[in-house]
Amino acid sequence: MIEPRARPVRRLPVRRDWPSSLIALVQVGLLVGLVLAWELGARFGVIDPFFWSMPSAIFQTGVIFFTQGDAFTDIAFTFRSTLLGFFIGTTMGSLLGMSFWWSRNYARIMQPYIICLESLPKLALAPLIILVFGMGLSSKVAIATALTLVVSTLTSYAGVQAVDKDQERLFYSLGASRWQVFTKLVMPACIPWIISILRVNIGLALTGAIVGEFVSSQHGLGRTILYAGQTYEIPLVWVAVFVLSALSMVMYVSVAYLEKFLRKGIVH
Amino acid sequence: MSSQPKLVLENVSMTFQTDGQPFTALAPVDLQIPANKFISLIGPSGCGKSTIFNIVAGLQPPTTGRVLIDGEDATGLIGRVGYMLQKDLLLPWRTVLDNVALGMEIRGVKMKDARERAMPLLAKYGLGGFEHRYPSSLSGGMRQRAALLRTLLVDQDVVLLDEPFGALDAQTKGRMQEWLLQLFNDFGRTVVFVTHDVEEAIFLSDEIYVMASRPGRLVEKLPIDLPRPRDRSVVSSPRFVAMKKYCLDLLHMDKPASEAA
Ligand SMILES: Nc1ncnc2c1ncn2[C@@H]1O[C@H](COP(=O)(O)OP(=O)(O)O)[C@@H](O)[C@H]1O
Ligand SMILES: [Mg+2]
Repeated sequence: MIEPRARPVRRLPVRRDWPSSLIALVQVGLLVGLVLAWELGARFGVIDPFFWSMPSAIFQTGVIFFTQGDAFTDIAFTFRSTLLGFFIGTTMGSLLGMSFWWSRNYARIMQPYIICLESLPKLALAPLIILVFGMGLSSKVAIATALTLVVSTLTSYAGVQAVDKDQERLFYSLGASRWQVFTKLVMPACIPWIISILRVNIGLALTGAIVGEFVSSQHGLGRTILYAGQTYEIPLVWVAVFVLSALSMVMYVSVAYLEKFLRKGIVH
Repeated sequence: MSSQPKLVLENVSMTFQTDGQPFTALAPVDLQIPANKFISLIGPSGCGKSTIFNIVAGLQPPTTGRVLIDGEDATGLIGRVGYMLQKDLLLPWRTVLDNVALGMEIRGVKMKDARERAMPLLAKYGLGGFEHRYPSSLSGGMRQRAALLRTLLVDQDVVLLDEPFGALDAQTKGRMQEWLLQLFNDFGRTVVFVTHDVEEAIFLSDEIYVMASRPGRLVEKLPIDLPRPRDRSVVSSPRFVAMKKYCLDLLHMDKPASEAA
């Protein structure tokens, strides 16, 4: 006979949460360690300083970029094209997606085109867009718009399709017109869907703007990165990348805040 | 012409095409509902109760027949009756007050006036203090109250209620029934009420239509001559118990042998 093995007696695992101050300390420590390792590694030849540069050189270049260089012009340029593309793409896409509610035939006719647009690598069109819209701001806005428009269209159309059919029937039972159903039911019901893509769209818009600057531009952080890379000014590449990350984070956090604000105000 | 029925269904039938097969959800039905009465339809699920309501509300064109309201043809016209669908369908982004005002708003009443009209009624009918809350924070009973007030405030003489208390617990249901009778008394509408709860139907109604399925049809009309106002204790009176047994027997007859066993 096989003796049943004694079952181990266990307790519920205890969760030990470190205090936030300790977490922050470790985070800062990691960062300092990383920067230090980079600096020392470059100084003692463990990594090639020509390609990787080093934090002290990057810092010096950064100071020059902000005091004597085009830092603010570049930031403003990239920021403007991103925001414009974000607003135009999101608004137009949402309206287009919601317009499909009006006619199922129209929605069915448009469907293959939308799918085609979605699968198309829109960044591949960037050189063409630059040709059409020129080297200035409008071509960057156009690329950012192209990236955000399709996502917004598809998402708000998904919102339209998710509108509760019974709720629609309730509106009609109250004697509502199509316009009333659209403005009082379909549009409010789609708002949470649109809010949910704001964060994705701000990232896409920034990508679009940067790619536009890569292809051809006279300003912008993307142009600075490309230009510095071509002339082997590696510290400047790093400076521009860090500034770009900071800009991206600021916009992301703002949109996340906007999203929270909208959700509280409109969605319950 | 006080004897003219409020709502008439003339030879109304409904045949759906499902996968190319015709399916008779409702065999031809004739129905005459007098004004200011409380009428219930009871029957097994799938016997076409909601289908009748959808036709009367103009949301579904009948295969044959006509719907008359006050003697006028209302077949396929929307907004001629107050209709509370099986779910409460409150809009989550509107406050209780604005949900209740929705019907008036759709009829073109200014939002401000609609709110002014709804406000005292919310307080009077058990939603006081919840006017500015959102539906998600309401209990099931409260949500049904809001949906019902929205239906009554569209100011139509005929009100269709599709299993409004079907999802409530027994205690809440009892309270809601008494609340509904109070409303019926105050508003004086013609109510058609769908339920599968026989006791509920008898307690509330002046007349009950018993339905059967496959195909959906009316099988019997029962007048309920219990005096109003009714007290809860009426449910144990011999008259009530006898009517309840009679209804249940009718409903059970409808079941195929395999299910009844
Ligand atoms: N749009 C429809 N298409 C096909 N069949 C339907 C449709 N609506 C209802 N039915 C069928 O008609 C019958 C009656 O439905 P319904 O009126 O909702 O029943 P009840 O409300 O009495 O439970 C059911 O068998 C249902 O499946
Ligand atoms: Mg039903």
